[in-house]
Amino acid sequence: MSSIGTGYDLSVTTFSPDGRVFQIEYAAKAVDNSGTVIGIKCKDGIVMGVEKLITSKMMLPGSNRRIHSVHRHSGMAVAGLAADGRQIVARAKSEATNYESVYGEAIPIKELAQRVASYVHLCTLYWWLRPFGCGVILGGYDRDGPQLYMVEPSGISYRYFGAAIGKGKQAAKTEIEKLKLSELTCREGVIEVAKIIYKVHDEAKDKAFELEMSWVCDESKQQHQKVPDDLLEEAKVAARAALEEMDAD
Amino acid sequence: MNFMASTQPENRLLGPQSDSQRTLYPYVTGTSVVALKYKDGILMAADMGGSYGSTLRYKSVERMKPIGKHSLLGASGEISDFQEILRYLDELILYDNMWDDGNSLGPKEVHNYLTRVMYNRRNKFNPLWNSLVLGGVKNGQKYLGMVNMIGVNFEDNHVATGFGNHLARPILRQEWHENLSFEDGVRLLEKCMRVLLYRDRSAVNKLQIAKITEEGVTISQPYSLKTYWEFSAFKNPTQGAVGSW
Repeated sequence: MSSIGTGYDLSVTTFSPDGRVFQIEYAAKAVDNSGTVIGIKCKDGIVMGVEKLITSKMMLPGSNRRIHSVHRHSGMAVAGLAADGRQIVARAKSEATNYESVYGEAIPIKELAQRVASYVHLCTLYWWLRPFGCGVILGGYDRDGPQLYMVEPSGISYRYFGAAIGKGKQAAKTEIEKLKLSELTCREGVIEVAKIIYKVHDEAKDKAFELEMSWVCDESKQQHQKVPDDLLEEAKVAARAALEEMDAD
Repeated sequence: MNFMASTQPENRLLGPQSDSQRTLYPYVTGTSVVALKYKDGILMAADMGGSYGSTLRYKSVERMKPIGKHSLLGASGEISDFQEILRYLDELILYDNMWDDGNSLGPKEVHNYLTRVMYNRRNKFNPLWNSLVLGGVKNGQKYLGMVNMIGVNFEDNHVATGFGNHLARPILRQEWHENLSFEDGVRLLEKCMRVLLYRDRSAVNKLQIAKITEEGVTISQPYSLKTYWEFSAFKNPTQGAVGSW
């Protein structure tokens, strides 16, 4: 799918003869080069996981958060250019607090996804702005239950049962499709997400990575928060064991 | 419209349009809040009345609210300003929670934030017409502070607002001591609230007592105090008062 759009790829306001906007496609490539980000919708909530590639041994574990809370009931996992991601998160936070101050209730996830998607799309309309080089997985729990949305650099946003972006997204999607999501609780979902991330991590190309996970579920009282440390450890252990089992074959 | 709108008064505080932009007097008010430190944390009491001038108009106003995980805020004065303060604090706590880093704002920090807000509003001649009591426990440290509409703030072992300063604090100065038990603390607070009920015209006999400890906040269900009106001085109150009827 990588074609050189000679001459038609200089500006985001230029269409190519076959109806593509190359700048947006190039922005999507920035997302594809980042560490894998997964989100799944379980029976009672959402679980999101990020494969945080560690570029330097000096980095403190737990820093460079890739999953951010947008409001009490929702969170966003970011893939791609981290600085661009920060902008999107800041905008989402601002939209959420604005909605609450006007309407008196927490922003419905559908509405939040629409607003974030509009904002990302906005930056694809003007030649003096560049598109965001990041994709976002937005998970939240409102009165319609748990919901998972994904927003791409083009501004497209769809609702998903399971979504993956980044390097290992194809492999991750295959793994997610194997899961019976409607029967999984979030506790089980955390273990599964950890297993998938460990599995799609490419040992050859990228050396170390840190696993960051968050959830919004009944167990967390519909609040978005980091997965508790003990459960995270349990998940990492299970994931490593599953990998070894696979390698042993 | 105003044809002279082109030249607005230079000092926005003087001039016909300016008065609708700042608080001049309170409308629906709550009366005293009394609070003290006890063995496990803070105990706070406030009645549930919202007066509209001299009318005891609203009788189920909750004047104490938990803030975040570690604090309890009680307010007297204008109820709508209290609700606005709760909105500010809600946003403050929300942003604090979104860091998700294991830290949270404690009572000392919340009290400082409130002091800044109250004092800065006072400097703009647009006060939030409240006296606030902020108590809490974090990491075993108990904290009890007060800040009012002119920005005066301090911290003490027992505080009160409004009439409570005149009627309740003297009782507390005599009878408060370190490490009060929960029962003794409640008894002491009820003693203060009873005096306020007898003597403060804007007090109503429906109160709540709130407790905050390391574990969290509990606000009691509303209840009323038993009162005794058979004191001989009440029977014939004007005896000896020259000129009374």
